[in-house]
Amino acid sequence: MRSDMSIVYRPRSEGSPSSRVIRPPSLSLIDLAGHLRSLTRYAGLIYTLSEHRIRVRYKQSMLGVTWAIVQPVALMAIYTMIFSFVAHVQTNGIPYPIFVFTGLVPWTFFSTALTAGASALVSHSNLITKVYFPREILPLTYVIAGLFDFLIASSLLAALMMISRVPVNANILYAVPVIVIMTMFVTATVLILSATQVRFRDVGLAMPFLLQIWMFATPIVYPMSAVTRLPRPLGWLYRMNPMVGVIESFRRTVLQGLAPDFAILGVSLAVTIVLLPVAYLYFKRVESTAADVI
Amino acid sequence: MIDLRFDRVSKRYLIPHEAEDRSSPHPWMRKLRSLWRAPKEFWAVREVSFEVKRGEALGIIGHNGAGKSTILKLLASITTPSAGEITINGRAAALIEVGSGFHPELTGRENVYLNGSILGMSRSEIGRKLESIIDFAEIREFIDIPVKRYSSGMYVRLGFAIVAHLEPEILLLDEVLAVGDLGFQKKCLDRVSALRRAGRTIIFISHDLNAVEALCDRVLLMQRGEIIADGPPGEVIGQYKALATKGITSPFPGVGPVREWRDLDAPGDPVVRLRRVRVCDADGATVSAVDIRHPVGIEITYEVLEGGHVLVPNVHFFNEARLHLFVVMDLDPEWQGRPKSAGRYVSTAWIPGNFLAEGGVIVDTGIATLAPYEAHGYEKDVVTVQVFDPMRADSARGDYTGPLPGVVRPLVRWNTSVSCDGSST
Repeated sequence: MRSDMSIVYRPRSEGSPSSRVIRPPSLSLIDLAGHLRSLTRYAGLIYTLSEHRIRVRYKQSMLGVTWAIVQPVALMAIYTMIFSFVAHVQTNGIPYPIFVFTGLVPWTFFSTALTAGASALVSHSNLITKVYFPREILPLTYVIAGLFDFLIASSLLAALMMISRVPVNANILYAVPVIVIMTMFVTATVLILSATQVRFRDVGLAMPFLLQIWMFATPIVYPMSAVTRLPRPLGWLYRMNPMVGVIESFRRTVLQGLAPDFAILGVSLAVTIVLLPVAYLYFKRVESTAADVI
Repeated sequence: MIDLRFDRVSKRYLIPHEAEDRSSPHPWMRKLRSLWRAPKEFWAVREVSFEVKRGEALGIIGHNGAGKSTILKLLASITTPSAGEITINGRAAALIEVGSGFHPELTGRENVYLNGSILGMSRSEIGRKLESIIDFAEIREFIDIPVKRYSSGMYVRLGFAIVAHLEPEILLLDEVLAVGDLGFQKKCLDRVSALRRAGRTIIFISHDLNAVEALCDRVLLMQRGEIIADGPPGEVIGQYKALATKGITSPFPGVGPVREWRDLDAPGDPVVRLRRVRVCDADGATVSAVDIRHPVGIEITYEVLEGGHVLVPNVHFFNEARLHLFVVMDLDPEWQGRPKSAGRYVSTAWIPGNFLAEGGVIVDTGIATLAPYEAHGYEKDVVTVQVFDPMRADSARGDYTGPLPGVVRPLVRWNTSVSCDGSST
């Protein structure tokens, strides 16, 4: 058993080695570029960990990948019963099941990525105290895994639309930037929540509750056109919710063949563009001492 | 060429006050208060400066809590300094725990990819080295089953095989060689030596002074967050040992590990006299401190002046609180009931490892005839030994590191059975 001999280390190659200087953490926008550059060096880890998330999730379950569609489909059935047969929500002539499903598919991406991603650091404390890699990779991989589920659920949505003979036009291409905005917003939120949870575990406990409220504050089970009589500060607050613009635009472009409502989508974009760098800097700030307190 | 430079680096930890705050009976009030009260500071590393040249193997030694591991975590970027500057020239990889980052549900092969990427290998690099890793770990037939079904040995072998295939320019090692059996430890050391021969820079943190001496060409000695010695291994390790014996202030001043008597002042009577008592380890060396897991011997040398008596040496053990722990008597069957003729005898009482509690132990020795009872000599406070636990998780402490009460600390066998009747679930 001479397996010891199976590795021969090459002598160290001379040349310009990568030089790094580590200083006490600071908070500046210039660092952002550096953080992003070091993140690109870890593309392999992002890929492997995301693949791993998807694999582990479905590895020991009977239904496997179909779980990605079980949740939105089940919710579609329940909400159809409540809001179509009991509450009679007006959906401008679109059949309610497909109406609500179009909202649920992106929402499920948002809520699963947020729930799993918010605990990303806390659930990997053993890694965080033992190995270094940019920590944002952990929450990011949950966003990527969520995106994977989103694509599976979207193909079911496409099938449903074909069966229901929903007409589709070129406006559906707007769905792509809408999804990009949503993914960026999910990323920002996950970065903030996962970093906050390092010190305050309350975040994880509050998640289901928070998401429940957030869902009803977003036009998923009802059309945006039904929101007309909100008192002033509430209406303003409602429009500041970036998920409103995202979900509403997704439905308009995919289901109704209309261009997005740029005013409301613009709010989503503006909030996201401001929030994402702030969230990233905050995350990196927490990261620098995460191993000490986690 | 300097690979690593620490320039007046300090690391401060903040300890929240909550634990000792008695100002309010309500836990949530204490929690709120702890949010704005300044936490207590603890400087794990204070103004530390040193340089490591390319190809150098540097060892860092010191007591638990001296700041060794903090230095490694700073080097590995696991945590950031509170002050100062660290410069690293080259790709560094830290090995703080073998197999950390394994996922139990994934197969060995999948875990190689996962763990390899976490440790900084690219996917193509892992793909290239996969076969070699499987061979090195000797688990070819198990590579496609989930690692949760692995034995702990297989787990550790796979973890180390991945690390052995890393080719860092700077390797940071923390006590990892302490895991696994001796054969495995040797295999690990061989790998590290091979890296050294290939001119890689190595930082090695360990309590295993022999390994440090064998592997390193320079050693730093740390105490309370500061470097107090820096030099060739033999010299610094010697300093550390001196510190270790001096550092532990004996709770029994004036009593040491050896006691000798001459002539008539020796305890005893005209039948027998004590000549020497000493504390020794399994190799027979005189020791003032003993690892809690190792046996310790109380060796009694006595001279029988008048033959024909059945003589039984005995040893009484007391702890720092002078609590009489137990008595042992020489019941060696070879000498049971057998009178001793005149001459010089050496009897040793062996206290097994994992039996005494941590702390100072002081010993009385005597020699007696048991039936009818007659004490020939008895001396109080003869020798003392310090029992310490190196916290390797294989003593009776397990991986608990807090205070542990009790006057003895035996490592006992446990059994657990579980019954799975449906009614209880």
